[in-house]
Amino acid sequence: MKAIYILWFRQIKRYSRSKARIIGSLGQPLLFLVALGFGFGPIYTKAGGGNYIQFLAPGIIAMSILFTATFAGIEVLWDRQFGFLKEILVAPVSRVEIMIGRTLGGATVAVVQGVIVFCLSLIIGFHPTNLTLLPLALLYMGLIAIMFTALGTAIACVIEDMQGFQLIINFLIMPTFFLSGALFPMESLPKAVRFIAAINPLAYGVDALRGILVHGAHLGLITDFTVLTSAAVAIMVLGSYLFSRMQV
Amino acid sequence: MPDADSSTIISVTDLTKTFDGITAVDHITFSVKAGEIFAFLGPNGAGKSTTIKMLTTLLHPTGGTISMGGHDPADSPHKVRRTFGIVFQDPSLDEELTAYENMEYHGILYNVQKDKRRQRTKELLTIVELWDRRDDLVKNFSGGMKRRLEIARGLLHHPSILFLDEPTLGLDPQTRNLIWNYIRELNKSEGVTVFFTTHYMEEAERVAERIAIIDQGKIVIQGTPDELKSRTKSASLEDAFIGLTGRNIRTEEPSSLDRLRVRRKFFRKPGR
Ligand SMILES: Nc1ncnc2c1ncn2[C@@H]1O[C@H](COP(=O)(O)OP(=O)(O)OP(=O)(O)O)[C@@H](O)[C@H]1O
Ligand SMILES: [Mg+2]
Repeated sequence: MKAIYILWFRQIKRYSRSKARIIGSLGQPLLFLVALGFGFGPIYTKAGGGNYIQFLAPGIIAMSILFTATFAGIEVLWDRQFGFLKEILVAPVSRVEIMIGRTLGGATVAVVQGVIVFCLSLIIGFHPTNLTLLPLALLYMGLIAIMFTALGTAIACVIEDMQGFQLIINFLIMPTFFLSGALFPMESLPKAVRFIAAINPLAYGVDALRGILVHGAHLGLITDFTVLTSAAVAIMVLGSYLFSRMQV
Repeated sequence: MPDADSSTIISVTDLTKTFDGITAVDHITFSVKAGEIFAFLGPNGAGKSTTIKMLTTLLHPTGGTISMGGHDPADSPHKVRRTFGIVFQDPSLDEELTAYENMEYHGILYNVQKDKRRQRTKELLTIVELWDRRDDLVKNFSGGMKRRLEIARGLLHHPSILFLDEPTLGLDPQTRNLIWNYIRELNKSEGVTVFFTTHYMEEAERVAERIAIIDQGKIVIQGTPDELKSRTKSASLEDAFIGLTGRNIRTEEPSSLDRLRVRRKFFRKPGR
């Protein structure tokens, strides 16, 4: 337990000391919010979709969590390069604890980013319909963050070089993002594409956030919760195994 | 099979490690008694670090058996990890944290109680002369300061076996003396078994009770310094080494080559 706590705390400490990271990773979501929000807004409204910012904001919050969380895996590679990974691996700590500690650390950072993006979206004109549901939104943000941090961390256990890691992550992240319903509704898409959305965990996260912040979820919060949680648990199990196989 | 009496704490039989084609460690057999100071002496690339990594669960052997305090690292890595502390040859600190935080986090990972952790941290940081710099980020430390911090950290949780992989590389002579005196004292007072690697003959001879000379993955001879000298009919360990391997190992003091070597490690690609 203490090991999980200290691995988590270490990542929070490192994050809070790196102002560049905090500010740098806000650029992209802000750009998406402003450019897409104001750019496509009028077309979306004309097509009878309503206020586009209302539709877009939950998707961009999910996006910023997706990006921050998956890329958090790269910290394993930094630790490998700077040698601290050896210190963690020889410690009498179960590999499950290592996986959980690292995942929670990265996920917390991702949720913080998500909350900052949420606040930015308020400035741009997003109106959550029910502010009392914010804690629930936070829960789902946490689930998205945990699932994707675990994924990034597990991948970092296998891919040992930075460029390779970034390539793979980009390769995974882009379709995950575009086919999640974050930018446009998935209902009108061809069946084949909708199938991809059905196996895309982020689609469930976006659905839940939109449901909570704006109006009822299509897939249902329970389904969203179940899918995100089972995916997260499965990847954590895999990650723990990969940590136990790791050699440095 | 090395004698497996109760005083044997590390026992290694036919241990082998190959990295795609290269045999780094080649069927070595040796044992270390509880409470002794044991040295691996050998030139660059001899297989010293690879052996330590296998003993400390960081690498999986290709062949052979290991027993660490009665446990096999392959079957019960967790039990093995409880038994030792280690100072790696390559850097292993979190440079974005302060010296104190590095100690504190280590103590928590090893489940050292808060009071003990604080007290021991102060004691150790004072010995390595870093107590006044405890709140500085490690990335602002010099190479020698980082080394001293790593040594302090490796001792924090009172391990029963202490692995030191070229611990004094890059340290000035005074600090080297200070550290070795402290480690010997610790060995006497707490009975810590010390396993260190070095390529400084005089260090091995002065500090170690028993030495194994390793070259190209093989142990060429092992015994007390006196035994090694008498068995090779040499006046010094240096002559013994030349006699056994046909080569010189290197000079006693850290040379500019050492410093180059340390630097090279930083630029080595991760994973290799
Ligand atoms: N991860 C690895 N992949 C491939 N080869 C490796 C790896 N680690 C070590 N080797 C090789 O194994 C051999 C032994 O290396 P090792 O690091 O154990 O030597 P050493 O005795 O510690 O030397 P030094 O005094 O330079 O530290 C070398 O030939 C080295 O190139
Ligand atoms: Mg070495």
